[in-house]
Amino acid sequence: MQEWANQLCENRQFGSKMTDSKYFTTTKKGEIFELKAELNSDKKEKKKEAVKKVIASMTVGKDVSALFPDVVNCMQTDNLELKKLVYLYLMNYAKSQPDMAIMAVNTFVKDCEDPNPLIRALAVRTMGCIRVDKITEYLCEPLRKCLKDEDPYVRKTAAVCVAKLHDINAQLVEDQGFLDTLKDLISDSNPMVVANAVAALSEIAESHPNSNLMDLNPQTINKLLTALNECTEWGQIFILDCLANYTPRDDRESQSICERVTPRLSHANSAVVLSAVKVLMKFMEMLPKDLDYYGTLLKKLAPPLVTLLSAEPELQYVALRNINLIVQRRPEILKHEMKVFFVKYNDPIYVKLEKLDIMIRLASQANIAQVLAELKEYATEVDVDFVRKAVRAIGRCAIKVEQSAERCVSTLLDLIQTKVNYVVQEAIVVIKDIFRKYPNKYESVIATLCENLDSLDEPEARAAMIWIVGEYAERIDNADELLESFLEGFHDESTQVQLQLLTAIVKLFLKKPTETQELVQQVLSLATQDSDNPDLRDRGYIYWRLLSTDPVAAKEVVLAEKPLISEETDLIEPTLLEELICHIGTLASVYHKPPSAFVEGSRGVQHKRLPGSTESGESESPDTASAAAVSDAPPAVIPSQGDLLGDLLNLDLTPPTTAGPPPPASSGMQMGAMDLLGGGLDSLMGDESEPLGGDLGGSPAIGAGFGAPPAAMPASFSAPVSGGLDDLFDLGGGVGMPMGAYSAPKTVWLPALKAKGLEISGTFARRSGVIQMEMTLTNKAMSVMTDFAIQFNRNSFGLAPAGPLQVLTPLSPNQSIEVTLPLNTVGPVMKMEPLNNLQVAVKNNIDVFYFSCQYPISMLFVEDGKMERQVFLATWKDIPNDSEAQFQIKDCHLSSDAASNKLQGSNIFTIAKRTVDGQDMLYQSMKLTNGIWVLTEMRVQAGNPVYTVSLKCRAAEVSQWVFQSYEAVLKN
Amino acid sequence: MSASAIFVLDLKGKVLICRNYKGDVDMSEIDHFMPLLMQHEEEGLLCPVMSHGSVHFMWIKHSNLYLVATTNKNSNASLVYAFLYKLVEVFTEYFKELEEESIQDNFVVVYELLDELMDFGFPQTTDSKILQEYITQEGAKLEVAKSKVPTTVTNAVSWRSEGIKYKKNEVFIDVIESINVLVNANGSVMSSDIVGSIKLKTMLSGMPELRLGLNDRVLFGLTGRDKGKTVMMEDVKFHQCVRLSRFESDRTISFIPPDGESELMSYRINTHVKPLIWIESVIEKFSHSRVEIMVKAKGQFKKQSVANNVEVRVPVPSDADSPKFKTSTGNAKYVPEKNLVVWTIKSFPGGKEFLMRAHFGLPSVENEEAESKPPITVKFEIPYFTVSGIQVRYMKIIEKSGYQALPWVRYITQSGDYQLRTNV
Repeated sequence: MQEWANQLCENRQFGSKMTDSKYFTTTKKGEIFELKAELNSDKKEKKKEAVKKVIASMTVGKDVSALFPDVVNCMQTDNLELKKLVYLYLMNYAKSQPDMAIMAVNTFVKDCEDPNPLIRALAVRTMGCIRVDKITEYLCEPLRKCLKDEDPYVRKTAAVCVAKLHDINAQLVEDQGFLDTLKDLISDSNPMVVANAVAALSEIAESHPNSNLMDLNPQTINKLLTALNECTEWGQIFILDCLANYTPRDDRESQSICERVTPRLSHANSAVVLSAVKVLMKFMEMLPKDLDYYGTLLKKLAPPLVTLLSAEPELQYVALRNINLIVQRRPEILKHEMKVFFVKYNDPIYVKLEKLDIMIRLASQANIAQVLAELKEYATEVDVDFVRKAVRAIGRCAIKVEQSAERCVSTLLDLIQTKVNYVVQEAIVVIKDIFRKYPNKYESVIATLCENLDSLDEPEARAAMIWIVGEYAERIDNADELLESFLEGFHDESTQVQLQLLTAIVKLFLKKPTETQELVQQVLSLATQDSDNPDLRDRGYIYWRLLSTDPVAAKEVVLAEKPLISEETDLIEPTLLEELICHIGTLASVYHKPPSAFVEGSRGVQHKRLPGSTESGESESPDTASAAAVSDAPPAVIPSQGDLLGDLLNLDLTPPTTAGPPPPASSGMQMGAMDLLGGGLDSLMGDESEPLGGDLGGSPAIGAGFGAPPAAMPASFSAPVSGGLDDLFDLGGGVGMPMGAYSAPKTVWLPALKAKGLEISGTFARRSGVIQMEMTLTNKAMSVMTDFAIQFNRNSFGLAPAGPLQVLTPLSPNQSIEVTLPLNTVGPVMKMEPLNNLQVAVKNNIDVFYFSCQYPISMLFVEDGKMERQVFLATWKDIPNDSEAQFQIKDCHLSSDAASNKLQGSNIFTIAKRTVDGQDMLYQSMKLTNGIWVLTEMRVQAGNPVYTVSLKCRAAEVSQWVFQSYEAVLKN
Repeated sequence: MSASAIFVLDLKGKVLICRNYKGDVDMSEIDHFMPLLMQHEEEGLLCPVMSHGSVHFMWIKHSNLYLVATTNKNSNASLVYAFLYKLVEVFTEYFKELEEESIQDNFVVVYELLDELMDFGFPQTTDSKILQEYITQEGAKLEVAKSKVPTTVTNAVSWRSEGIKYKKNEVFIDVIESINVLVNANGSVMSSDIVGSIKLKTMLSGMPELRLGLNDRVLFGLTGRDKGKTVMMEDVKFHQCVRLSRFESDRTISFIPPDGESELMSYRINTHVKPLIWIESVIEKFSHSRVEIMVKAKGQFKKQSVANNVEVRVPVPSDADSPKFKTSTGNAKYVPEKNLVVWTIKSFPGGKEFLMRAHFGLPSVENEEAESKPPITVKFEIPYFTVSGIQVRYMKIIEKSGYQALPWVRYITQSGDYQLRTNV
């Protein structure tokens, strides 16, 4: 640092120009003392020069904190420039000299009353930047004055100061009532003040998610929309970002806000445009799709999004990352705009890669010819990453647009002819996927592929080639030779290739058993005896066992028909996508990760969700009913079942941020393994005497064994998950011993006062599949009670006593008795309010008494409430999003496994669990006695005591009772 | 919400000047920036956002400087980049050139500007004309102005000061259209669009109210007029001064203009325009011996118009040598450092066709590395003409003092991103 200053002074001393850099000449030894003297000089000009020198030293990183008292002494001046410099110095060193910082307080207080608004504002701005707790309370009074200052320039600065102060001492700010003053400023006459107040409030609200600070209501929204037209571009962004957090009451309000926000799309500032897009994308969710305005809005969004691509490259990049989200959520917006995403020669690489990604998303039968021509052009470029991605893109087009498959294949063959090593390898990887998608259609190209066998040096390409050879072994004359050639260096291959080779040779053996016996033995022994890799060993043993016990079964398993791979890959999971849409323009939208994944201390911050159109259905207006019906249509981008399944099984380990998520690569290989395990494991596991069976079941590596390194995991596949797999993945069973069902402590149902001395307290429990009403009857009267009987009124779930009330002995005064009454659910049904209300009549020798009690709905969760994964997926998809309810469980400190275990005790079954960015998502199901299924997704983040549970059920009215059960079970 | 701190670094990653706005990110985190950037560069994964631990760096590069914003929150990334570019704009207006030296020479003003431009991570006043009213380069001047209240800063009209006076009131309007074209190697136009821009140089006294009339097809449609010579603008972007809601409702472009030069609006037209200068090229590469280039340029615009300063830039292999040229007009020059032949034609009338031939030797030992395939690019300017046919129909100027003001209009069409891919 010093070097820079010295060098600078050398350069500068020769120049005659008088610039600030001359101040950098004072960094020689002993100059601190000289500066001290100058700072204390009587001459104003000299003082100012000295402060400039101090700041210059500070700038080059030299420690000039020793001069603190001398610099602070210069603070009291009417020279604005000098004052600014001193303030600058203060901001830098106050933290390291907290005691001395108090010296400055007086001047701040005084400056806040200066007749010049510039000085008042400067003082209030600077004092908030001095992050010394000790002095903050001295600043409250001046701040209070400045918040009410007559000059808007001072007020807007004071508004920001509240946020600064809140950051240092939140309690103080709340106690002093500054938050209310800040809220009042939203109604200020000056738009700049409004904008800064909004910004400050949003900032505070973001760090304190539960403060309910931004209490947005239609009145404030209206004020914000008015200010929107008048404030600076930055102010517009603050306001738009704040608006995006609001949820309109109905579609009309939503539309009227949209109408007032759309003019912002014409602003020259890209950030204003993106923030407006965010508001519109969010509020559009609430608009009925058949509304004319909805169509108009869609049309209005495309041109500004396209124009963003003429902005500076970094802004283009942010725009493209967001467009990537927008086309997934609403593909119709940009479907005709393919051309604007064509890559230009001088685009930076990060823009090129993003454009390519969007091109594939927009590819359709209508534009595929153009897209392919472009992709072919890109594939002959020189930038390796870009070229690879272009080749993969061709493969993805083939899978996405069936009509283009043939052209894609021939394009890929052309590219293979270029013999450019990485192009060839990439092409082979994608051709394998095309084979998977269109079996028995393009096998004529295998010969060409085989010619390039020697040039493959990347594991993924080798694995793909081996898969092809194994899969089509019967059509390749020298398949055995080809595979044998790979076998020579077996131990030097990566796991991915080893696994693939093992499977391929087994396939070959099953197809041509006579010639390849030796080969298969060789590979099995390599895999099982000479390998340290448990995945490989396990797979080897399974094959070995299968082949030796039942070759026919082996054939059925290994050569089973493979399910087709799905079209769209690497789509962002719908709930995450919704959340990201709410964060358009922010880092989250650039990373394609929820903020909780990369912002520390964001625990407790709610995940944003798009508003559903449910609310509109409930409003009285007649036209909204149809609106809700229309918006029932499933969202445009729901990944195929296979994708979600992959997600559920946590197979897709690729973080969603990577620029190029893996294409449906190498799924073939894993499929082989899947099938194999699916069909074959049952018998293996059943064979008790077989030590191997136990080994396998217990091996945690089985899951990973499905295929090679996670990077090559299939992004999607739609394998029917068979029983064997279910068992393997049975998380519920695997976690540990289920604990008993939760039952609440007894409460008094019938007080003695109301029942002539009989007091009944009770609770409900479910014990080994039987619902029980557990009661304590207490006789508080003076006489003996006998002849007890019980009856239920009709209730929502048909609960009825399964037998008589067993009170055999008479109940003497002051005696209590515990009674357990088993219940069934075959009684008459009538919907109650609340749903879980139960009206009971108890009779004894004295009288008949009536009371009502409420049972926890978890009593009704049956033991076979575990839904099959596949069914779960289908059902989840099938239930319209409107019927999704969400709630939070606060202060829950269980790990996701412990929670899952606890819930299982109450027959809430975890079907699958996946972890995304440190957040566990548990997919759970439960079934009520009357056959109603409830599906939930529970999000648990390590260290965050707030769980979020999303629930889907065809009978939406049970939701809130299910929530209660969750709460009760988890907290007891 | 946005930036925690802003840094200006030199090319080596050394901090020239910085400002800590929020104090929630350790200022020493910036030391990770350069190594991170190098690492990304090496991996070929250059990206405008990089992160180290919980700190995120958003950066842009300008001449020999890096401007970096740090944050540990979910910041509004587009706001941060827009702000960084604004910073460049403001500094450039203050110092003419923004580079390492100008930062060092003006560190006091830079500090003052950083203090005024952003507060606690929220961008504030960023209009350099207004800033120049109260943040001046010379301290002396400041003392005179110090008691002046910067009303403009917080006014709804935050881009124009009151009390501006001119002897002669005039507005100069420049309508500039840039043509972007991407042509495939086989000669088909892949994409083409027009990006137009209307720039003002305002020399008007007081607080004038302006209204600009264009032959906008939507406006004509609204008012039911003849749609004959109208232009369909696909997307329009306006300067802060234009009343957006007014435009949204009745397509009126009304505003109080900033003083001096400014870009009032820009628009995009996505029509299939015939490339104004059409290039046909034959590039033949004979390995180990020579490259032969033949380029034909044709002016596909009206005979009355003339394109000025036409430059056709043709890529040549990096190991080419001994250039020889023959042109039917203009002259060709080899620019070895850019691997280009630049063929310059000072004046190119519409409808004409010109030819250029070039011959290069190639070394017998060939460059092993695969070379990229840059396209042919063309630069030109055609005055008194717009491709789209857009016209300024009127510019109404009303000021309460009632002075008469004259609007002057100029039209020009120029090349934008004009690329023609080649086969070699």
